[in-house]
Amino acid sequence: MLAAWYEYSIGPDWWWVILVKGVIVILFLITAGAYLTLAERKVAARIQLRFGPNRVGPLGLLQPLADAVKLLFKEDAAPGGRDKLLYVVAPALAGAAAMFAFAAIPISAVNCIGGPSIGEAQLTCPSGYALHWGIAHINVGLLFILAVTSLGVYSIFLGGWSANSKYSLLGGLRSSAQLISYEMAVAFALIGPVILAGSLDLEQVVSNQQHLWYVFLQPLAFLLYFAGALAETNRAPFDLPEAEQELVGGYHTEYGSMRFAFYFLGEYINMVIVASIATSLFLGGWLSPFPTSWIFFGYIPGVIWYLLKVALLIFVMMWVRWTIPRLRYDRLMSLGWKVLLPLGLVNIMVTGTLVALRAV
Amino acid sequence: MFREIAQGLALTLRTMLRKPITVQWPEEQKPVTPRHRGRHILHRYDNGLEKCIGCELCAAACPVGCIYVGPAENPKDHPISPGERYAERYEINLMRCIFCGYCAEACPTEAITLGPRFELADFRRERTVVTKAELLEAWPHFEEGKGPGAPRGAGADQRGRELLDPGVSPRVAWDVAQAARGEGPATAGAHGIASHPPTVAEPAPRGQPEGAKATHRGGEPPRTGGSVSAAEPTAGGHHSPRQGRGRA
Repeated sequence: MLAAWYEYSIGPDWWWVILVKGVIVILFLITAGAYLTLAERKVAARIQLRFGPNRVGPLGLLQPLADAVKLLFKEDAAPGGRDKLLYVVAPALAGAAAMFAFAAIPISAVNCIGGPSIGEAQLTCPSGYALHWGIAHINVGLLFILAVTSLGVYSIFLGGWSANSKYSLLGGLRSSAQLISYEMAVAFALIGPVILAGSLDLEQVVSNQQHLWYVFLQPLAFLLYFAGALAETNRAPFDLPEAEQELVGGYHTEYGSMRFAFYFLGEYINMVIVASIATSLFLGGWLSPFPTSWIFFGYIPGVIWYLLKVALLIFVMMWVRWTIPRLRYDRLMSLGWKVLLPLGLVNIMVTGTLVALRAV
Repeated sequence: MFREIAQGLALTLRTMLRKPITVQWPEEQKPVTPRHRGRHILHRYDNGLEKCIGCELCAAACPVGCIYVGPAENPKDHPISPGERYAERYEINLMRCIFCGYCAEACPTEAITLGPRFELADFRRERTVVTKAELLEAWPHFEEGKGPGAPRGAGADQRGRELLDPGVSPRVAWDVAQAARGEGPATAGAHGIASHPPTVAEPAPRGQPEGAKATHRGGEPPRTGGSVSAAEPTAGGHHSPRQGRGRA
């Protein structure tokens, strides 16, 4: 019975393969989160005609390590009237919710072990063992991701609530209002490519973009998603929840030491997640932007393209952050409800109509 | 709205491609202004004689009393300055100095000016009291043909600081200084420092026999002849800048 349950709920994957993939992905995400802080500081510095951190290690490459050591050794100061349980749980949730979502991200095409390989859009493996690059191959992957990233708001809101400080509380309130509003707009923006692909399975969505990326078919949805993603990751120009000038630090005002680092890590891992979703749904995931028949493009593994696209999107997010000032809160809300959401609905309607007409 | 956002993004992208304007101190040094008032320089004449004649006007003009001048009779056979006296010791407490430049204004021979060096912080308190050896212009190594205002030698730039006497810890300095005055129980050499008391030590009173002088800072070798110890006490007695007693 256990074997039947395993087969039904997890699929034909071997359990240790999933375990290895999970460990690799978690290590990768933590490292990426740490180094994205460095990247952010470097980008910010160059935009402001500075060098950025360049003292620790060559080109400042050991700076994240130094920061981590510093944060680990800092005193774990906590406010007296805090909610003892939630205060501890909230930052852990921030990191965990972000990492959860990565389980359903398809990093590369299916590799057939012991079977024939049929190009970069391969999804099934008739003979041999199908090695999916995503941790879990879920056929409603996008739904899972949307559900899990919504958990992130709990970490922020609970952090703001449990610290028993007015700045934290205001930051938490803002972020819950903001995330709930923009979650809707983001979901509507994502429905466009899903209609085109006819599937919620991200591997399927990516392989359907083999001839044309959905960013060209759904440019409006891409822009809507990107704007919503900035708001969902609490980044400028939508970083109202932590607005330093008004709320000290927002929801993490009362956090220090490694707990603060977890919030930070969660924020940057969230960037990776958001960029991964955009890459899978709009930018053709692991697919090469050039024909694979060209000189050597057939030999570049899909992971490289996937990582390059994610890095490009993350760079754009940083670029936007250091260019555009923060929106006022009422404008943020009206942008979400009065612009992004209606536009998303229009996009769904137009896409749906066109797809239906074509099918007729 | 979209146009403005695009303009802003284009601006930041262009800025990102430009070279940062940061000066990578301390690897890169930015020149200071010509009239920068940094650490002092004791100048020489072109023939190598020190300009300072030990008149102590700088010490009198100093509003914070951070200058100590220990004048001595100028030896006739090999003069050190063109005047009757010269500064046998010249010390400036940079912890106290406010870099007002009154010393340079008061100086009748333009012996002391404020130079361009500004990296004056140190890990050791004793090293913030700079001695004559550090303040005095190098000779004969300075460059000929430059105007009198061109800084050269000691203090002309930020270099050479790391080559200076590393000094000793304040506690050891105190002990050694006491021992040098013959007051304390510690003897010179007790802490493994056999050479000389550090610069924070009070100078021995004038007119003492030669033997007491020998314990002074060994930077300059003892002058030949008995003229050094024959220096007369100055009229008001010399004041100590570091203990901030009343000025003349």
